[in-house]
Amino acid sequence: MRFLRESFIVFRRQLRMNLRNPAWVIIGMLQPVLYLVLFGPLLKGLVNELGYVNAYTFFVPGLLVQLGIFGAFFAGFSLIGEWREGVVEAERVTPASRTALLVGRLARDVLQLFVQALILVLLGWAMGMEAPLKGVVFGIALTLVVGGACAAASNALGLATKSEDVMAPVINMVMMPVLLLSGILLPMTVGPKWLLNTSDFMPFRHIVDAVRTSFLGDFDGSAIVWGSGWAVLLCALAVWWGTSTFRKESA
Amino acid sequence: MIEARGLVHVFHTKQGKEKTEVRAVDGVDLDVAEGEVVGFLGPNGAGKTTTLRMLTTLLTPNEGTAKVAGYDVVTQSEDVRRSIGYVSQTGGVFSGARAGDEVMDHGMLYGRTKAEVEKRGKELFEQLQLDGLWTRMPRNMSGGQKRRLDIVMGLIHEPTLVFLDEPTTGLDPQARANLWEHISDLRSKRGATVLLTTHYLDEADALADRIVVIDQGRIVANDTSANLKAQVSGDLVTLEVADATRIGAAADQLKSLAGEVEIAANTVSGRVARAGRAVPGLLRELDRTGIELESIEVVRPTLDDVFLTLTGRSLRDAEAASDAVDAAAVEEGAAR
Repeated sequence: MRFLRESFIVFRRQLRMNLRNPAWVIIGMLQPVLYLVLFGPLLKGLVNELGYVNAYTFFVPGLLVQLGIFGAFFAGFSLIGEWREGVVEAERVTPASRTALLVGRLARDVLQLFVQALILVLLGWAMGMEAPLKGVVFGIALTLVVGGACAAASNALGLATKSEDVMAPVINMVMMPVLLLSGILLPMTVGPKWLLNTSDFMPFRHIVDAVRTSFLGDFDGSAIVWGSGWAVLLCALAVWWGTSTFRKESA
Repeated sequence: MIEARGLVHVFHTKQGKEKTEVRAVDGVDLDVAEGEVVGFLGPNGAGKTTTLRMLTTLLTPNEGTAKVAGYDVVTQSEDVRRSIGYVSQTGGVFSGARAGDEVMDHGMLYGRTKAEVEKRGKELFEQLQLDGLWTRMPRNMSGGQKRRLDIVMGLIHEPTLVFLDEPTTGLDPQARANLWEHISDLRSKRGATVLLTTHYLDEADALADRIVVIDQGRIVANDTSANLKAQVSGDLVTLEVADATRIGAAADQLKSLAGEVEIAANTVSGRVARAGRAVPGLLRELDRTGIELESIEVVRPTLDDVFLTLTGRSLRDAEAASDAVDAAAVEEGAAR
């Protein structure tokens, strides 16, 4: 109960600041919308060769996961700003739970992601995506778990590096292989065998696969199990990492 | 209120392949009684902030123990945090948030209700001359206002022990004097015990009952300002002679009182015990021998002199030397 209250206080404070300065939320949202509007039509002619009937049913799930990963990766930058102004230290000197300090922030990131995901899916439907509601709900839920994981990792990284200059290249370094090996833009199955095998080691590809199959209304295959398993595992690891940095963070 | 024994904190730093250990705090004992205002004085990098961070549970000591407000800082850290107020060097208010919101959220993290913290916060705003700034963002406040807001944050849960880390650094003299008044009020009006760090001698002198001097991670002195000053042998008397050729004669006169003197161009200075009594005789003697003075100056020992006597270095030199340690500590912070 106390933990929830503390998390809520942190969450409300974060949300208030986001609403005051919504530039990042809008930029984060704009990116997948641009992909949908400017890249989606290119897929229309290719989609049959990729083994899909509807370009948007193929593309929206990928964008959803991309939004979850990349949007959340930037959460840590605002934490560095707060740390520099002594906010993190001031919070840590209160009796509040360290986990609540992280969870309150993650709640904001996940809520933000949820709103962005809704907009993306509605826009997808408007452009002709065909997907059952059940599949979309599951896909969004999985995206939120992945987003929570990435936001936790980003917060941990922010507190560990305490410098945008160190953090930006690290995130770039992580983002490129994630983007290229997770099949967000094109399915990995169209590539050569070695590339497909390499992408087996990329957890986010399994998550993209899971969201894609759920959007097709297919809940029987192993893709859902693999994707959900990875999402939950990543989330648990990242929250553990984040909490431990909030606990021992110094200087 | 504070009982620390043998506190040690070691930072590990790496320069290339060479690993070095910096003992930022190296065996600190510290006692602060209820109702005391203690000044923790030392140059930058002496270990003041590191000690404070251990006492406020933000940093775990590598060695030693400390009880703060009756609780152990390691095993009962949450109880310690509940009992203390801490105003760090940087403060803790986000520059782009509204002051009142920040204060209320902070108070609520101590488990207080919204109504409680709102009432208390508004009282504190009034007492610390921040009336009308409840909805203002700290980025639009003056340095002095911002600092007073930081103090409001530290007092919102009515702590009985308050830690202030470099409370007036970077303020202009007027804002500084104003803040001093508010700091004195902490005890006189609230009955709080205060431990404040500073590298300004006059600040420690003006605010603290007792001064603890730290240098290179160790406590080098612990006494009242008056007693510390008494350790410096005498007041500094400086004579400026009108005719530079007579400086030798003037120096001889002063030497008979001071023992050792320093001569520079047409001035001579030396330390004279109880100068108030000795100077009239000195003036008569100078007059009798026809040495005309341009000026005479008697300066009571400052804490800077005390620091020099205790460590063999002036505070300013000590700060220059400690830059390396500071850099190491920053690096350590970044590496974590």
